[in-house]
Amino acid sequence: MPFIPHTEQEIAEMLQAIGADDISALFEEIPSHLLANELTGVPEGMTEMEISRLMHARAAQHPQSVCFLGAGAYEHHIPAAVWEITTRGEYYSAYTPYQAEASQGTLQLVYEFQSMMTALTGMDVSNASMYDGATALAEAVLMAVRGNRKSKSRKILMPTTVHPTYRKTTRTIVQGQHIELCEVDYDPATGVTSLEAFKEKAGDDITAIVIQQPNFFGNLEAVDEITDWAHENNILVIAVANPLSLAILEAPGNWGSAGVDIACGDGQPLGAPMSAGGPYYGYLCCTQTLVRQMPGRIVGRTLDQDDKEGFVLTLQAREQHIRRSKATSNICTNQGLVVTASTIHMSILGASGLEKAAAACHANTMALVKQLSQIEGVDCAFESNYFHEAVLKINKPAVEVLVALAEKNILGGYDLSEAYPELGSAILVCATEMRTDEEISAYANALAEVCA
Amino acid sequence: MSDVPSELRYTASHEWIRDEGDGTVTIGITDHAQELLGDLVFVELPEVGADLTAGDACCVVESVKAASDVYAPLTGEVLEVNEMLAESPEIINDSAFDDGWLFKMQLSAEVELEELMDADEYEKEIED
Repeated sequence: MPFIPHTEQEIAEMLQAIGADDISALFEEIPSHLLANELTGVPEGMTEMEISRLMHARAAQHPQSVCFLGAGAYEHHIPAAVWEITTRGEYYSAYTPYQAEASQGTLQLVYEFQSMMTALTGMDVSNASMYDGATALAEAVLMAVRGNRKSKSRKILMPTTVHPTYRKTTRTIVQGQHIELCEVDYDPATGVTSLEAFKEKAGDDITAIVIQQPNFFGNLEAVDEITDWAHENNILVIAVANPLSLAILEAPGNWGSAGVDIACGDGQPLGAPMSAGGPYYGYLCCTQTLVRQMPGRIVGRTLDQDDKEGFVLTLQAREQHIRRSKATSNICTNQGLVVTASTIHMSILGASGLEKAAAACHANTMALVKQLSQIEGVDCAFESNYFHEAVLKINKPAVEVLVALAEKNILGGYDLSEAYPELGSAILVCATEMRTDEEISAYANALAEVCA
Repeated sequence: MSDVPSELRYTASHEWIRDEGDGTVTIGITDHAQELLGDLVFVELPEVGADLTAGDACCVVESVKAASDVYAPLTGEVLEVNEMLAESPEIINDSAFDDGWLFKMQLSAEVELEELMDADEYEKEIED
């Protein structure tokens, strides 16, 4: 039974009121050859009991693999309290509430989230979140183009060490807006983008550059000198950063002498399960100068007429419901539920907990890389400092190696051959704080067998 | 009833234009426009040296209610912008026709001035 509350009689009355014979008359203007008839590929419905049985059977086919796979989404420990609190009735909403100010608790939580993100990134302001890291980068590029009024070129330098999917998403979103995304190659020896490579691509007028830290390979870019060079040339700097890494790495707001202009990334490492790809959320922070170019929701703290503290949605004047087609963005909301979990996650871990988690990730990945690179036929691809991921070159095709490892219930890493064919057979490996010494040794033994 | 000084020219999109008599003009938004917008909180001005064509969206005036474009009423080059507005956009609310001016332009074609509304026409426009 479809969940449509109208009775046949009500439908007939509504049709009569608008002078239509039947519901199909409402769709008359659609040419008949465009109409789908029977949906032949869709099976018959199942009862709840049947679907539950089917799903349990499917889940049982899925082995409990040990995960050394990262590439943008990471398996971290999420305290049980996080989702227990998040799913309480008071918090359990996916959406910024309508008549937002009536929901002071939600607004206060988002305000706390924004405060945590500005503390982590060292930036002046944060918004209430974006859909994911990739769309946050696209919005950051659009912000930079609006914000850098000295530059007329609408040209962005985008290193190939930025996450390949982020680059694709950004291209898709900005391509209709006469913005040129110009790729900058990395140094094949170090796996980072040299300042010289930026300088080579730079013409007279560049609007902004993007730097991902740690970059897609896990390596640490020379963020200070690149940021300073960009600012000396009136170029805005957009940082893409794993927010967990910022517990131990320098905050983008402190890169170089002035800090970056926009910082963004994916919030998944802060309390969101990997969950087959989502939902995650994006964070977006910027300097005070650019705050009016920032899309989405921003919650502010204020005093009411009785001088009592309260929270409000602020700086909304450029959103869609007011500016229509001239709005800063099509985003008019945030990732409410995941941000709620993330805020609770950060408050439970605290600054020291985040630092410990980040340091453990780094230590485990160091141990992993040390063991794996001792295997005959496996070598580190780059000589570089890294956070919690590294690239390994393998003497056999990456896809075969990963399939063989998967048969041993090990998710061995991310196959780089499609996005970076120049690396040959290479995989990106990651060991978060979740991995034990035994699991790391087991991976090394398995890989040695596979590569032998 | 808003004030509409007789010595100024106007547009239907609520800009006022003062002919300085030397091929330059001073441009702002009318008292009527600031009343509609309410308390102004931010003004985004054009770049000095920018070449504008009549009809270009060249400024944004933002109130607590809305952000509205200001359109270049004439074609020419931006000579100067009112720097005071960066810190104190409320000057426009207090003095739309005087201290609250937005920018000055060197005109490319002074004849365009003739196509603008005079005070009587503008007054009639905002009555409708």
